[in-house]
Amino acid sequence: MAIIEMKNLWKEYGDQVVLERLNASVEEGEFVTIVGASGCGKTTFLKLLLGTEDATRGELLLDGQPLPAEPDASRGIVFQRYSVLNHLTAVENVMLGGELESSRWFGISVGKKRKQLRKDALEMLESVGLGPAADKYPHELSGGMQQRLALAQALIKRPRILLLDEPFGALDPGIRADMHKLVLSLWKSQRLTVFMITHDITEGFYLGTRLWVFDKPRLDPQAPGAYGARVTYDLPVGDCENGTLTSINQRVTRTSRVLNDTL
Amino acid sequence: MKKLINRRPGNALSWALGLLPFLLLMIAYMVASDARLAENPNDKLLPALDSFVQAIDRMAFEPSKRSGEYLLWADTLASLQRLGIGVAISALVAVVVGIGNGTIPLVRSTFSPLVTGLSLVPPMAILPVLFIIFGLGELAKVMLIIIGITPFMIRDLQQRAREIPAEQIIKMQTLGANTWQIITRLVWPQLMPRLISAVRLSLGPAWLFLIAAEAIAATEGLGYRIFLVRRYLAMDVILPYVVWITFLAFVIDFLLSRYSQWRYPWFHQKGH
Repeated sequence: MAIIEMKNLWKEYGDQVVLERLNASVEEGEFVTIVGASGCGKTTFLKLLLGTEDATRGELLLDGQPLPAEPDASRGIVFQRYSVLNHLTAVENVMLGGELESSRWFGISVGKKRKQLRKDALEMLESVGLGPAADKYPHELSGGMQQRLALAQALIKRPRILLLDEPFGALDPGIRADMHKLVLSLWKSQRLTVFMITHDITEGFYLGTRLWVFDKPRLDPQAPGAYGARVTYDLPVGDCENGTLTSINQRVTRTSRVLNDTL
Repeated sequence: MKKLINRRPGNALSWALGLLPFLLLMIAYMVASDARLAENPNDKLLPALDSFVQAIDRMAFEPSKRSGEYLLWADTLASLQRLGIGVAISALVAVVVGIGNGTIPLVRSTFSPLVTGLSLVPPMAILPVLFIIFGLGELAKVMLIIIGITPFMIRDLQQRAREIPAEQIIKMQTLGANTWQIITRLVWPQLMPRLISAVRLSLGPAWLFLIAAEAIAATEGLGYRIFLVRRYLAMDVILPYVVWITFLAFVIDFLLSRYSQWRYPWFHQKGH
């Protein structure tokens, strides 16, 4: 059974249609990369998956059930910024999920349980290459290390799906390549289902198993909000023709011009 | 020769420049005091330095003839106690209401307009009301401090709580946190250093309200003493008291700032 299913999903704000008629299903273990012009509803789609926004029409199903309408432990997230808690050290950030589970009132664990959580957290930090930085605060870590930490923090809860919202947008190119390797290896070793949003189309072309392009097939330059974005390309990554990237790039750029010059 | 805007003093020069105005003020005072005393040896407005020494000695190191207390210390203790109780209660109320208002929309809708309204009431205007309700005892004086600084602190902390990035609140939920856990593990620890800076900012007004209340109704306290000896134009007592109050205020502020930097290193990075 599909882990995520969209059935005729719409999202509107007033008379602005953001997303229209989304139909797709995603199997467990897929790595979906989502690209598109800014203003084409990528972030709105992520908010629907996260549960901070409700769909106007249609259904969004997780394991065949409607998604809970608020964020919970079934979905992990890594944002571009502010993903980790800056008042906790690296290892405390990773322990947090377990602590919240073990003590429903104060979210603080003690004694044996705490030792176990710390041990698990250190292992997780090791696997993202942050072993030596376990007792550092986020402000002592570089941008790339903070994102590694955010991944570790999210993954230790073993979420059904992992959402990545332009997680590497603020990083230098070299660091970004390292992070790609890390995400791919974690995705393989932990058998994750990943949705990653990126504005870097080439990133979408070699990361993951499936590429979604969000674009507005109908676009009225006088009223860019009249029609919503749809998934205009749904491609398996790896066996695309050479011209595809160029043509996607052109279309997305055109939409971007219309949306961002008129707004 | 560099432009003035690009010339920076070195460490030693920086200190010297900083001390200069104090020194000049002292000299100006001594010159003026000498001039007045030369004309009238009984002048009380600008006493000479040795009268200060005598006054300090009398207030701090000799028991009072009437009560047998060392007045400066008794006054200091009384005032600091009122200030401490007042500020502590204010801080506690401010954290609780600030977190509630800042974190939970339903609470905010209920109480935020009330807090805004209350913060606009001039505290000194209701001082008579406090004396009527709470009598002339300690409670009225502490209440004035509380009423004076709490609304401001609540609004400050409420704002700080709302500035916590939405990403972090979502993150907590994806880690399985419920509302209470979001408060205990995210909002509360994030607000602690901000509470300290709110307290530091409120200490000025707190002293103001304390001295005002003591001036009107008290039997001991730094503010009470200043207003008492005013009747005798005892500048030799008033000025050392003012310097002492200033020094206490400085020490408290300094300790709070140091504590915050030591306890919350993550807060003092990134240009806070």
